[in-house]
Amino acid sequence: MGSKKKSAVMGYTKWGYIFLIPFAAVFIVFQLIPLASTIYNSLFENYMSGLKHIGPNFIGLANYTKLFTSGDFMKYFKNTMIMWILGFVPQILVSLLLGAWFTDPSLRLKGQRVFKTVIYLPNLIMASAFAMLFFTLFADTGPVNSILVNMHVFAKPFKFMSNIWSVRGLVAFMNFLMWFGNTTILLMAGMMGIDTNLFEAAQVDGATATQIFFKITLPLLRPILIYVMVTSLIGGLQMFDVPQILTDGSGDPVRSSMTLIMYLNKHLYSKNFGLAGALSVILLIITGILSMIIFKATAQPENN
Amino acid sequence: MNANKSNGVSIGARRAIAYIVLILLSFLCLFWFYVLFINATRSNGELGRGFTAIPSTHLIENMRNVFHGTLPMIKGMRNSLVISSFTALCCTYFSVMTAFAIQAYPFRGRQAVFSFILAIMMIPTQVTALGFVQLVNKMGLENNFIPLIVPAIASPVTFFYMKQYMEANLPMSLLEAARIDGAGEFFIFNRIVLPLMKPAIAVQAIFSFVSSWNNYFTPALILHKEHVKTLPILIAQLRAADWLKFDMGQVYAAIAFSIFPVIVVYLLLSKYIVGGVAAGAVKG
Amino acid sequence: MKKKWLALALSAAMVTGLAACGGSSAPAPAAEPAGTDSTVATAEPAGDEGSVLNVQVWNEEFINRVADHYPGYEKIDATTGKIGDVTVKFTITATKDNAYQNNLDALLPGNADAAADDKVDLFLVEADYALKYVDADVDVAMPLSELGITDADLDQQYQYTKDVVTDANGELRGASWQACSAGLIYNRKLAQEVLGVSEPEEVQEFVKDWDTFNETAAKMKEKGYNITSTVNDTYRVYSNNVSAPWVVDGKVAIDPNIEKWVEDSKALVDAGETTTNDLWSDDWSKGFFEESPVFCYFGPAWLINFSMHADEDGSVGKAGGWGLTTGPQGYYWGGTWICAARGTDNPTLVKDIILTMTTDEAVLEDIAVKDSDCVNNKEVLAKLAGDESFGNDILGGQNPYAMLAEGAELVDMSNISIYDQGCNEEFQRAMRNYFEGNATYDEALAQFNTAVVEKYPELG
Repeated sequence: MGSKKKSAVMGYTKWGYIFLIPFAAVFIVFQLIPLASTIYNSLFENYMSGLKHIGPNFIGLANYTKLFTSGDFMKYFKNTMIMWILGFVPQILVSLLLGAWFTDPSLRLKGQRVFKTVIYLPNLIMASAFAMLFFTLFADTGPVNSILVNMHVFAKPFKFMSNIWSVRGLVAFMNFLMWFGNTTILLMAGMMGIDTNLFEAAQVDGATATQIFFKITLPLLRPILIYVMVTSLIGGLQMFDVPQILTDGSGDPVRSSMTLIMYLNKHLYSKNFGLAGALSVILLIITGILSMIIFKATAQPENN
Repeated sequence: MNANKSNGVSIGARRAIAYIVLILLSFLCLFWFYVLFINATRSNGELGRGFTAIPSTHLIENMRNVFHGTLPMIKGMRNSLVISSFTALCCTYFSVMTAFAIQAYPFRGRQAVFSFILAIMMIPTQVTALGFVQLVNKMGLENNFIPLIVPAIASPVTFFYMKQYMEANLPMSLLEAARIDGAGEFFIFNRIVLPLMKPAIAVQAIFSFVSSWNNYFTPALILHKEHVKTLPILIAQLRAADWLKFDMGQVYAAIAFSIFPVIVVYLLLSKYIVGGVAAGAVKG
Repeated sequence: MKKKWLALALSAAMVTGLAACGGSSAPAPAAEPAGTDSTVATAEPAGDEGSVLNVQVWNEEFINRVADHYPGYEKIDATTGKIGDVTVKFTITATKDNAYQNNLDALLPGNADAAADDKVDLFLVEADYALKYVDADVDVAMPLSELGITDADLDQQYQYTKDVVTDANGELRGASWQACSAGLIYNRKLAQEVLGVSEPEEVQEFVKDWDTFNETAAKMKEKGYNITSTVNDTYRVYSNNVSAPWVVDGKVAIDPNIEKWVEDSKALVDAGETTTNDLWSDDWSKGFFEESPVFCYFGPAWLINFSMHADEDGSVGKAGGWGLTTGPQGYYWGGTWICAARGTDNPTLVKDIILTMTTDEAVLEDIAVKDSDCVNNKEVLAKLAGDESFGNDILGGQNPYAMLAEGAELVDMSNISIYDQGCNEEFQRAMRNYFEGNATYDEALAQFNTAVVEKYPELG
């Protein structure tokens, strides 16, 4: 897009650097320095035993080999991806559906403003407060169980927190509830940039709602969609607070809902800079690769 | 109008389905606020008996306990407001600026900068938390709002969104026209680019305000003095109260109280998004 | 070089940040509110000691105890007060996410070098991690003897409260005003219905050891009742009575009594005689109410007085329906210990606060009467035990003090280690998977070992 005429350009390109200064300065101080020390630390044995500091002793890549040989890493990676997909698939589908409905001129939905406003509300509740409500509702003697038992779905109360798939399901459900409004808002903001005349013109040409959605809305939403997918994937890999609070940090049953960051958090308890550092570096590499894949896969051939 | 489409489903049926789904989703979204409100009206003892759908009578009492307790809730709210507002401001303003730098100026190495920011987008807070706190302590910034607000200037995720939005909604021709009229670059940024970005700014302002408002992790590591603590820290303290004072009714009332300002801010900003300020902006 | 560069980058960031954030006339967002300067302005310190006494706490309990019972304490606001010329500042850091200990870990090791007004003078600890701070090698808590507190001063305190804060050399580095010995709290009505008796001494016969306790569980089951609310109720009782610490010579070992807990609990869960719910969950506290099927809970005085919803209509406690008896084994639950921070600049005041709050009989009696704490003083407890006016309504008029005093003598905490908090927590967690059938015992044990090494890498 940016490659316009390059005649009088040089005079103002320096502003590109000037406008980058605040970001660069803050980034270097508050992220790059801590990050550099994270990477550096990953090569050392360095932790606290009570109040005693063990290390730092240089051990090369031993922290990395330890992570991979124990097998825990892959297990938590799998858990994280499972719970992310369980939540993300409905999230993106519902958001696209809502987006399509809200922008479909033939539907003329009433009360759109209310619906658009309401869907983001769950995100306003602190995750920890949200989890408290879940505990109350899904307790053995809680209202969800008494409804299910009364309806004869179950003969006796179902222990939601003791079953691998119900815990994962609840985590995904909570993530879905908290984030689908966010996704919808993002998509809608993108959709508002689309000229409504396009829809009307398409309608006059006899296009169906489905056709309009796939031929007009979706392609024009591409930049925002990429954004949603990439950030959601990153958010997914960083999934932490919901399963952490819902399982009290245990990731039980049998650590089947323990995510990578929860695992990382375990090492923060002992201030294990070495192992936590190595885990962080691996996480960084994985996310980098994954988002590059999404980015490349959805990028259209360069035009203009 | 085009009552019947070739795909066989009538508008009426599609509309009905849309309404049913929307109402169901709205119920799912609002239900939690109802539960929260109910719980805020119940006493600690009643809460111990499990959930009921009918409100009780202790709302005023719980609220009074929250405000007349020893925790500085009002101050906490002020602190939360200051931190979250400035975080949202810094985050959106500077993200637009960074995105603008990359989008509008073909300086050398810009592709590399863009790729680099994308690559660092996924540093989880926990990864650098230990190093961050050590740094803050070395700079003598404990009990200070700066380490909670200033880092928001470098928000790769918000930057990425702004960049994507600009790609679709900011015509370069507009900038060139302004330059021909003799506008300076700062003027162009503040007076032309920022207004065009309003919907995107509103969206990201909400997101960053809310996440800063509900953030416990970082503030808890930095704020220790009573008069600088934010609401989530105070609520955590309320939940950790000793036996003599432990009162879940109060905890729920405090949560309800702390949600109120975010709802107000959200409703204010959401008007912006939902109403479609973008309509007048750029087409094509 | 590097430092200078950092400072430069930082100030640049600050300037741009604040300039943009502040807008036209808005105040800088991060202006440090007054507070530090106010203390500078206070009067010169008395004698050669510090003018500010800093106390690290995780909730308001100790603040209130000092405010209500320490002679001469003037309250200024919720977290500050004055004793003579000295300003007392309490800093609350909630325990959530280990924040309290992280804060101590950051402050205590460098405490001697901190600025006089920032020096920590007193800090509180709980039993589960007390040894971490009273460790002689790290030396962040002063031995009480260095403050001039003698064994004779503390002779009315229960031994277990001293065990908790004694370092490897036998040196005492803390003291508590509470003795949280605990017992078995049973539902009198269910006892009468199933066992045919309801008085403590008679009920004790049915719960006098674990085998009898488990037989009683079967009887309860026949009538449709649960013996306990959850397996986690009994964990503390077993784990307080171990024969060796969790870790010996760098190796984690499961004590036979802990193994017995697993065995007994698994049998109870499989027979449907109890559950695997978490303590403090809704399901757990349901048992405090009339319609509940729970025969007994395990707990100390504070559980009875503050946690059993006795002020609530329809609770067993309100009707005075509970009874207290010793139960299968002696144990304790909870309690707060006071430690003097190494580097304190107020040793005289620190000594006086520790002595007054943990040994002064008048103060302790006052605490027992007004705050319903079970205090750490044999004399005072004996006095309360003999006083009929201390019958507890929740316990149907029973005076609990005799039993609690007796229980406190039975508690033996000589086998604690710095690993207790992590080991106890992770063990219960891991075993829950076994009880619920999600893992075999060996799998659960493997999970426990993994979790322990995560928390304490030196055990790997």
